[in-house]
Amino acid sequence: MDLVTPEWGLIIWTSLAFLILLFVLGKFAWKPILKAVNDREDSIKNALSEAENARKEMQDLQADNERILKEARAERESMLKEARELKDKIVSDAKEQAGLEADKMIKQAQATIESEKKAAVADIKSQVADLSVDIAEKVIKEQLANKDKQLKLVKDMLGDIKLN
Amino acid sequence: MQNNRFKAFITAVFLTVFTFGFAASDKEASSEDKPFDTKELIFHHIKDSHGFHVAGDVSVPLPVILWTDNGLVTFMSSAFHHDIEGEVIVERKGLKFVNVHEKIYQLDSGASTVSFDAESHPTNASRPLDLSITKNVFSMLLSMVVIFLIFLTAARSYRKSTDNVPTGIGKFLEPIIVFIRDEVAIPNIGEHKYHKYMPFLLTLFFFIWINNIFGLIPFFPFSSNLSGNIAFTATLAVFTFIITLFSSKKYYWKHMLWMPGLPIPMKLFLAPIEIIGMFVKPIALLIRLFANITAGHVIVLSLISLIFILNTEWAALVSVPFTVFISVIEVLVVAIQAYIFTMLSALYFGQALEAEHDH
Repeated sequence: MDLVTPEWGLIIWTSLAFLILLFVLGKFAWKPILKAVNDREDSIKNALSEAENARKEMQDLQADNERILKEARAERESMLKEARELKDKIVSDAKEQAGLEADKMIKQAQATIESEKKAAVADIKSQVADLSVDIAEKVIKEQLANKDKQLKLVKDMLGDIKLN
Repeated sequence: MQNNRFKAFITAVFLTVFTFGFAASDKEASSEDKPFDTKELIFHHIKDSHGFHVAGDVSVPLPVILWTDNGLVTFMSSAFHHDIEGEVIVERKGLKFVNVHEKIYQLDSGASTVSFDAESHPTNASRPLDLSITKNVFSMLLSMVVIFLIFLTAARSYRKSTDNVPTGIGKFLEPIIVFIRDEVAIPNIGEHKYHKYMPFLLTLFFFIWINNIFGLIPFFPFSSNLSGNIAFTATLAVFTFIITLFSSKKYYWKHMLWMPGLPIPMKLFLAPIEIIGMFVKPIALLIRLFANITAGHVIVLSLISLIFILNTEWAALVSVPFTVFISVIEVLVVAIQAYIFTMLSALYFGQALEAEHDH
């Protein structure tokens, strides 16, 4: 029966010892240890999530890079195409313009030539007329110097004219 | 490295068991004609005592502290000269004290010798409040010193490190502390409320475990049966019980006194059972630890005693290997018992904290 009868002395000492342990360890051992463990776990968790984030960011960055590269390529392509089109257009425009200009110049030249020709012809005509008159005058003067000739002329002319 | 340590440990256990055996044999030699009393030997060991028997006739006296009608009385236990039959009378402050089977009695005034009744209880003496540093108290104080040394060193190693990584003993203790947190406190008490109970659970676990281990080491200044003493286990169980009551929520009492969702006769039937259950839980807690540790000591002592019961050295061939075997098992048992005590305490706190929506 002694074995299962608790002694007051030991109960008091145990309570005292346990409370002292609880107080001192709680303040100087468990608190710092648990805090350190928790802090470390938190920092590990943070580091892991940060690594995950970094990985995601890296992926995003890579995707971005690829997208930008693709865009750049497409832009280059379109720019080249545009340039080619522009070149073609400029060339064709120039050709057309040149054609028109040439036509215009040719036409002007033709017109000038025509008018020059006309003027020249008119000039020639007037000179020819003058010369003819002069010649005629001279011829007439000579022919009509004697009477016979005058009469012959009249006769010829009268002969030409057919009376109807 | 691991293997070498294990071998060293086994060797140590073996040697200490032998040492104990020799110590016991010395005792036997001094009283050769008397038949060997196994029960006496075992009970002498597992019960508390004033004075710490080391080996043979060597024993360490411990202070006796008594609170009497005349105030505090202190003297060393050696004043009794190893007498436990109440024959040596120590007189201090006009009061007479005797040691009857490791219990200090104060003789009634006028009496000069102790007289016993049929059950050998003193009839003319009473017990003062005994606050002596007994073998168990001595062992407990030693364990306190060891615990402080271990854990304050561990805490310092955390404080010294810049990245919260412990060194030395802290490295060894951290998995155990984390185990108590993750496997005992959090699953039983809950993620949000466990913080408050961690200091209690950790102190409880290490206090029990280290005292259990001290009990396993079979030589001075260890070997006392402190954690197999009912006063020790009862005190710790009472702490658990008080904390359970203080953390209890409305739901705990409602669940106990007026079980929801049952017909009224059933409620009336269950309420007394639940109230008994409330007290049975800590009682089971205290008996489990007391019985397991005491049983461990009894088995080891019984196996060693076989040598003296059979009165032949050849019995050692059987009893020593068995003792080693049991001791190794006890190494496991003491850790498991400390764990179970802590685990169940956490479980009771969790039950007390349970709220309606948890169901």
